[in-house]
Amino acid sequence: MSVEPLKEKHKIRLWAVLFWMIVWQLASIWLDSDILLVSPVKVVCRLSQLMMTAAFWKAVCFTLSRIASGFFLAVAAGVTLAAVSSYFTRVQELLAPFMLAVKSVPVASFIILALIWFSSRNLSILISFLMVLPIIYTSVLSGIRSVDRQLLEMAYVFRIPKLRVVRYIYLPQIMPFFYSACSVALGMSWKAGAAAEVIGIPKGSIGERLQQAKVYLDTPDLFAWTLVIVAASLFFEKIVLYFMSKVVEKCSAMCMGKDE
Amino acid sequence: MNNICVKHLSKSFDGKMVFDNLNMSISGREMTCIMAPSGAGKTTLLRILMGLESADCGSVSGLENKRFSAVFQEERLCEGMTAQDNIRLVMPTLGNQAVIREMARLGLGDCYNQPVSELSGGMRRRVSILRALLAEYDVLFLDEPFKGIDDTLKEQVIAYVKEKTRGKTVVFVTHDRKEAFDMGAGIIELL
Repeated sequence: MSVEPLKEKHKIRLWAVLFWMIVWQLASIWLDSDILLVSPVKVVCRLSQLMMTAAFWKAVCFTLSRIASGFFLAVAAGVTLAAVSSYFTRVQELLAPFMLAVKSVPVASFIILALIWFSSRNLSILISFLMVLPIIYTSVLSGIRSVDRQLLEMAYVFRIPKLRVVRYIYLPQIMPFFYSACSVALGMSWKAGAAAEVIGIPKGSIGERLQQAKVYLDTPDLFAWTLVIVAASLFFEKIVLYFMSKVVEKCSAMCMGKDE
Repeated sequence: MNNICVKHLSKSFDGKMVFDNLNMSISGREMTCIMAPSGAGKTTLLRILMGLESADCGSVSGLENKRFSAVFQEERLCEGMTAQDNIRLVMPTLGNQAVIREMARLGLGDCYNQPVSELSGGMRRRVSILRALLAEYDVLFLDEPFKGIDDTLKEQVIAYVKEKTRGKTVVFVTHDRKEAFDMGAGIIELL
C-alpha cells in the first residue's frame, strides 16, 4: 500500500471539524455554564484577546524553544545511538534496559524526579528529550536493521564507497521509519512538555498559564491555551518535517555533486 | 591475471554438506563456466569467491586485491532509482551519454530515465548485466545471468557480454549447457 492513499484516508475533512464544533456549541448551550463547558465562540474570542498581549507570545516562545530543544537533542542522540548500536551489539544490549525504562516509566515520575534534581525552568527540555529519545532510537534502529542485505552485499562486491552506500541504500530505507518516528515524537514532546510545565510551573510558560486557569476555574483560558498548544504542536510538526525533507534533499545533492 | 585456485574447499549449512574437498583451477583472462545441477552449490561457491561467505575449510588464492563485478541471481537494483542511476552507482565516472549509448545496445534505450521498479523482469535483468559489465573489475562473476531474458533477446545479450568480456577473467555459473556453449566458455563440471 502506498503512503499517499493512506494519507488521503486519514485526512481531516472540514465538514467533520464543523460537525464537532456544532456539537460543542450545542453542548455548551445545553449545559449553560462557562465553568463546565465554554462555547467555541467564547474560546476564539478569548484567544484573540490573548494574542494581542506580549505575554502571550513570550509564553509561546518560552515553551516552544524548550520543547524544540529537547526534541532536536533527542533526535541527534537517538540517531547517533541507533547508528552505533547497529554496529556494536554490546552497545545495543547496554542501551536496551535504559530505553525500555524510559519508555515504561510514567512521565509524571520523571517530572517529579527532575523537579527534585533541577529547577523547573528547563524541565520541559529534559522531559521532551526523554519522551522523544526512545521513539527515535527504536525506529531508526529498526530502519537500519531492515536495510536490504542483498543490496549491501552488492555494494560490498562492487566496493561502493561508504558515503554512497549510506545515501543510496541506507537513507531511502531508513527515512520512512525516521519520518514516522518524528511525526509521533513531535506530538509526544508537546504533550509531555506541556504536562511538565503544568506540574513544574516555570515562570512565563504556557504550563504556568494553564495552571493559573485551573486554579481560577477560568475555563475559557484553559481551552484557549490548550488550542495554542495544539496549534503550536501542529505548526512545529509541519515545519520540522518540511525542513527535514529539505536537509535530506540537500545532502543527496551534495553526495551527487561529489560523485560527478 | 593469475589463475584462481580453489583447494580442498568444503562448505555445509546446518550440518548439510553443500560440497566437500572441492579443487579447481579457473584460468585468468578467460571465461570459465561452472556447470552443475540445481542445489549442487554453484551459487555458494561464487559467494565464497566473492568474499560474501566463508568456507568451512580449504583455501582460495588468486583473488587477493582484485576488483570484482557481478550479476547476482537476483537483480539487486535500488528500486527508487532510475536504470541509469543504478549503473552510475557502481561507476560514477561514466558519463550519461556513454551509459545511454550502452543501454540502447541492450534494447534499454527508451527507459534509461525510468525507475527500475517500473521495468519488466527481463529489462531489470539487462540493467543488472549492464551494471556489471560497465563497472571496473578484474574478475567478473555471473550467476545465471540470462535468467528471465526471453529467447529472442538472449542471443543479442550473449553477443554483447562476449564482446565486453573478451580477454577478461569471467566466472560464469549456469545449469544450461546451451548457454555455456553460446558463451564459448571453458566448462568445469561441479559434481
